[in-house]
Amino acid sequence: MGRAWKFGDNISTDLIAAGRFYHLRSNLPELAIHTLEDARADFAPNVKAGDFVVGGRNFGKGSSREHAPVVIKMCGTRAVLAKSFARIFYRNCINIGLPAVVVDTDQIDERDDLELDLLGGRIVDRTKGLTLTFPPLPPTMAAILDQGGLVAYIQKHGDLVVTP
Amino acid sequence: MAGLTLVERILSDRAGRTVRAGDVTIVPVDLAYVQDGTGPLTFRQMEQMKLTKVANPKRSITFIDHGAPAPRRELADDQVYLRQFTEKMGMVLSDVGGGVCHSVAFEWYVRPGDVVIGADSHTVMGGAMGAFASGMGSTDVAVALGLGKTWLRVPETMRFEVKGHFPKGVYSKDLILATIGEIKTDGATYMAMEWGGPAITAMPMTERMVLSNMAVEAGGKCGPIPSDAETKRYLEEHQRAAEWREVTPDSGAEYDATRDRDVSALEPMVAKPPQEDNVVPVTDPSVRGVKIHQVYVGSCTNARFEDLQVFCTLMKGEKVAKGTRLIVTPSSRESYIKTLKAGLFEVLLEAGASINSPGCAACPGVHGGVPGDGENVLSTTNRNYTGRMGNPLAFTYLASPATAAATAIYGEIADPREVA
Repeated sequence: MGRAWKFGDNISTDLIAAGRFYHLRSNLPELAIHTLEDARADFAPNVKAGDFVVGGRNFGKGSSREHAPVVIKMCGTRAVLAKSFARIFYRNCINIGLPAVVVDTDQIDERDDLELDLLGGRIVDRTKGLTLTFPPLPPTMAAILDQGGLVAYIQKHGDLVVTP
Repeated sequence: MAGLTLVERILSDRAGRTVRAGDVTIVPVDLAYVQDGTGPLTFRQMEQMKLTKVANPKRSITFIDHGAPAPRRELADDQVYLRQFTEKMGMVLSDVGGGVCHSVAFEWYVRPGDVVIGADSHTVMGGAMGAFASGMGSTDVAVALGLGKTWLRVPETMRFEVKGHFPKGVYSKDLILATIGEIKTDGATYMAMEWGGPAITAMPMTERMVLSNMAVEAGGKCGPIPSDAETKRYLEEHQRAAEWREVTPDSGAEYDATRDRDVSALEPMVAKPPQEDNVVPVTDPSVRGVKIHQVYVGSCTNARFEDLQVFCTLMKGEKVAKGTRLIVTPSSRESYIKTLKAGLFEVLLEAGASINSPGCAACPGVHGGVPGDGENVLSTTNRNYTGRMGNPLAFTYLASPATAAATAIYGEIADPREVA
């Protein structure tokens, strides 16, 4: 179980991992200190392992920088929930083993206690006594996430295998 | 059976079987590249995955363009690692001063019908060549480099059918800004934005590139444009005539959405901070006359020789307004040399410009023109997010090189149709 940190629509990768910290990209623990700093300065210092980043529409829009989901994950975030995701960010999340879940986040409020049942396709909002459901990932992405990400997937399979 | 869209055509040819929107497929990668911001992580991931070889070294490129020349020790050290790894793998290196990855890749490497994967979101610019070009994260590109292939879901297509003639002072940048303003920053999420019609056929390649470049600003996965006679001319100009082939969508292709445009009544457009879809005509009272502290002409979007020509035609004999500074970064070495040979540096320098060596410079906020707190920038780049140019307390307006020139002359957002 973890608490919800609410963010608005169109959270860009520049808000998640800003260009002014470009020099920290090979020093990820330092970069992670600034996670989402320009969107909510209170997030990185206070987020706890198991918490949830809860966005609106088009979360992660902008650049391809994989550092954006990496630092969100390094903060201990259990999953990113949003009404929709920008495509590169979404794919990056799965590749690094950070669950990215499309649900109606309007029903979740700041500080709600959440539980994620990834295989069951459910988010339980304990504060509200509410269950939100989501469809399973496409099989190819599910296979990558199941391994914990693309690195572990390639280490295991040695190749890309598409599941139709 | 319905015909194939342009992206379905390209991916079917490369997959070796007919694929349609929604299909998941593995395709060979014809060109893969990284830049200095995403490359270090890509190469570390390759090491993690024990991908000890690059599948096609001569078609795999490391670009040092974002923090180039290195403004800090940390970035200089990243670049040492990139050069060593690139050499070890036998890959191609485009070092400091070569220019922005997408610009250089387009000039010398992207071919019609290619599958191009780059660790940078504006890789989509390659679509103007009649290629499938898309940005991915470091780990995906690590796999593409190591295995020479990637997996994709074939995207649905939003087709833009464009007719009419661009009025004086109006360019493809205005067309793409108006389009993003209409469909919004997630209007084409996961989709191909395919461009065609008489106004596209008549459009020079360097203008088409702007349309493909900013597909990602509407959420697009790619922005393909058919390969035609203009594509052939561009390749011939780059001594690559043998690489041309025609790549077109089938007649009767099935589009998810089709939008008709007539550019004849289009106006110069401006995207206001902090979103690229916050778009109004330059005449709108919310932008006209807004004080601008820095005019920036740079990026893969709009800093080619042809853009600098447009800019200098308006700027010739003029001075940058007092209280405004002008920073110019040609997108590539080719554009830099052409600009130099055409005598345009003289126009820029006499107007008061500061000129960077080719690269990304101020666009992603690393160096080369970071604005101060509370300052307004008018930029020919592609993104105006909070913090994008390196300062979350500065504001960026996006526009064409012509609007940038009018703005530099007046020191406030101005209409290029009223200059010269």
